[in-house]
Amino acid sequence: MTAEARPRRRSPEERAAALQAIRDRYAEAEPPPAQSQDRRQRRGRVSSTVVTLGIVSLLTDISSESVAAVLPLYITASLGMTTVAYGFIDGLMQGAPSLMRIVAGWMSDKRDHPKRVAALGYALSAATRAILLLSTSLAAVTATVAIDRVGKGIRTAPRDAMIAASSDPRTIGRSFGVHRALDTAGSAIGPLLAFVVLWLIPGGYRNVFVISFGVAVIGVGALVLLVPDLRPRRAAWLERHRSRVARGLPKCKNCTCGVTALAAEGAPTFSWTFLRGRELRRILTVSVVLGLLTVGDGFIYLSLQAKDGFATQWFPLLYVGTNVAYMTLAVPAGRLADKVGRAKVLVWGHVALVGAYLCAGASVSSTSVTLLALLLLGIFYATTDGVLAALVGRLIATESRASAIGTAQSAVDVSRLVASSAFGILWFTIGRSEAVLTVACLLAAAVPAAAYALRHLDAPGTSGGAPDEGRPQPVASERRAGQA
Amino acid sequence: MKRRNLTAFAALVVVVLVASGAYTWRAVVRSHAEQKKPTQVEQADLATLSRQPRIVFRSTATGNLYGRVAEVALDDPAGPRAFTGVTCDRIDAQAAQAACLRTKPGVVTTWEAELLDADWKVTSSWALPGVPSRTRLSPDGTLVGTTAFVTGHSYASTNFSTVTEIHGTDGTDYGNIEDYRLIEDGHTIRPVDRNMWGVTFADDNTFYATTQSKSMGHTWLVKGDLARRTLTVVVDHVECPSLSPDGTRIAFKRNVGEGGATHWTPAVLDLATGTITILSAEKRSVDDQIAWLDSATLMYGVPRDGQTGVSDVWQMPAAGRSSPEVLIKEAWSPSVVKP
Repeated sequence: MTAEARPRRRSPEERAAALQAIRDRYAEAEPPPAQSQDRRQRRGRVSSTVVTLGIVSLLTDISSESVAAVLPLYITASLGMTTVAYGFIDGLMQGAPSLMRIVAGWMSDKRDHPKRVAALGYALSAATRAILLLSTSLAAVTATVAIDRVGKGIRTAPRDAMIAASSDPRTIGRSFGVHRALDTAGSAIGPLLAFVVLWLIPGGYRNVFVISFGVAVIGVGALVLLVPDLRPRRAAWLERHRSRVARGLPKCKNCTCGVTALAAEGAPTFSWTFLRGRELRRILTVSVVLGLLTVGDGFIYLSLQAKDGFATQWFPLLYVGTNVAYMTLAVPAGRLADKVGRAKVLVWGHVALVGAYLCAGASVSSTSVTLLALLLLGIFYATTDGVLAALVGRLIATESRASAIGTAQSAVDVSRLVASSAFGILWFTIGRSEAVLTVACLLAAAVPAAAYALRHLDAPGTSGGAPDEGRPQPVASERRAGQA
Repeated sequence: MKRRNLTAFAALVVVVLVASGAYTWRAVVRSHAEQKKPTQVEQADLATLSRQPRIVFRSTATGNLYGRVAEVALDDPAGPRAFTGVTCDRIDAQAAQAACLRTKPGVVTTWEAELLDADWKVTSSWALPGVPSRTRLSPDGTLVGTTAFVTGHSYASTNFSTVTEIHGTDGTDYGNIEDYRLIEDGHTIRPVDRNMWGVTFADDNTFYATTQSKSMGHTWLVKGDLARRTLTVVVDHVECPSLSPDGTRIAFKRNVGEGGATHWTPAVLDLATGTITILSAEKRSVDDQIAWLDSATLMYGVPRDGQTGVSDVWQMPAAGRSSPEVLIKEAWSPSVVKP
């Protein structure tokens, strides 16, 4: 019998939140029935916390993407200004928020209150809609874009740490898939909602902002009111120290003698030493290398637009198409990652990006090539974004998980930013198609190398046994490799 | 505690839905009423006006005719206007044809460029990748240049660029001028970023446009050669050129803002001498591709303060000095047409 299945005694000092975390995490941890050969059988439900966090992201993305979709129109048509001025400031504002992820991850780990940090990030983004309602100057618009980015930077890592803490380690990929599917649904709905409002109310930008603000407020409300205040570190400590003695408590309830302290708040504390871990270093290196070969989608869309009338006509919606593909494939990709290995899926997902580059760079042009490119981009996001968080979340222990996830995401972000700037040079030096095809070749070469570098990450535990059919194995560093 | 939170959340959802729903519903009703309300301007007969010299523009008077292309007599621009049946965001007209950039609203908003004949019937159209910015026909009517703002959608990022294309009115596609070879002092240069906008044609092969490279810190006036597919740098700090009817001067907007702020003042460049006259009698920032009312007068649109979507067309002598005056109220995107 596994440790998880053993009935646990609840002591009064265990707070509801900590209990909830444990429950969420272990409710589904029952081993699958030994005889079950049905590979498609679900291994328990996805935690309600993950679903709620997904809905919070869905609402927030509806809110931010609806505004992002109409901002260019608003600035040019309504404020009568040129977007060129806006684009300039936009470029400057991209680097800093991605570094915020590390800071927010650290705050979240140190205080062991990821929800509070995430709530701050979500609230900041909601506040930007209020700014848009109050002021119409370009400075205000610029400020909202900047603050929204910072909010996004703050909330991501703690939220992903909460998802990791509320998930069964064996199906963590699926949990992230569910979250990302909901999140991306919001990005697809947002622009459509905004255009419907503008269609009903010509020039009704304020109405878009009002609706966006309302949706954001509901999102923050859902987080604050419905998501438990998870204490991942404390929960993990309690999980490891089951007896009252181990917890440094008196031997019996209500004893007042011999109280040392409830040490749950204490050790092990946060430390940056996770950065020294070989596995994480490899993941970071691979992420940076692959990130340096990931140019912005904008370039792919522009390449498609330059040769295909269909892509031109639907240009504003190309990214909605990508998001629809991403949304649909996020859960299957997460399940696949749980089954065959998260590092494998993460690395080989970049093959889809190579495909998207080829579609963009190929001399043939047709509607189907454009659609294929969008599908491939969707596959790329589905197999990388949530999977990276799942991989790191699984690898790194609770104490520094949010910081590790934040660091990995920030490494990807910054390297993609560098890639896009550098790609701009190629784009104008050797031409559109040539530039895209060059990056495609480099990426095609980098993928097998990355797969080689991460080949041990999906391997079974230190025992060295072969993976048991149909049942994902915990990675080497997973502390709680209980099933043996 | 869980139950109480759930109740609080339900209450929050109800409050937000009711509040934003009511606000939106009221706006829908008001906006429909506004669109149905007859436009309050003095109207003239289109057929009569179309036989005389006139100014064609986009009317921004509110009401059911908002955004329609309209005409006023050249000798009485403040007089009654005649409305056509077409709606455009940007319009450039000649006696025989007009180029129109328009937004096609819908669940999915798209944009297109149209060529219209003398009876305002569409003769050809093609898709634009973004929000319409500028359009100009060549003097002989064989070419049309269009500029659209494009948002580069990398996931959750908003970067802007412009796409400027030249089409033949016979259907030839001369492509995005961003792909043309850029030449400075006889050498091909390749800035890592470049944006092109505001085409103005000299003849059926030569045109002028703006090329901006933020990384190099230049906003050049470039002279384009369609046949050779080249752009040659003429002078720096010239935006949105507009060639005078006699082809000797270029009216443009110059950014005179300090410390990173943007403030565009109209200016005129004499092509033969290279002299630039900055028309500082215009104190407002002018963000439009200036047009020529006649060889001595400029006209351009300025949005009205506090009245979203409404703008007026102003005029100003190209030699500077005297202050701008309103030429056509509630108007945008003017062009002079002589039959």
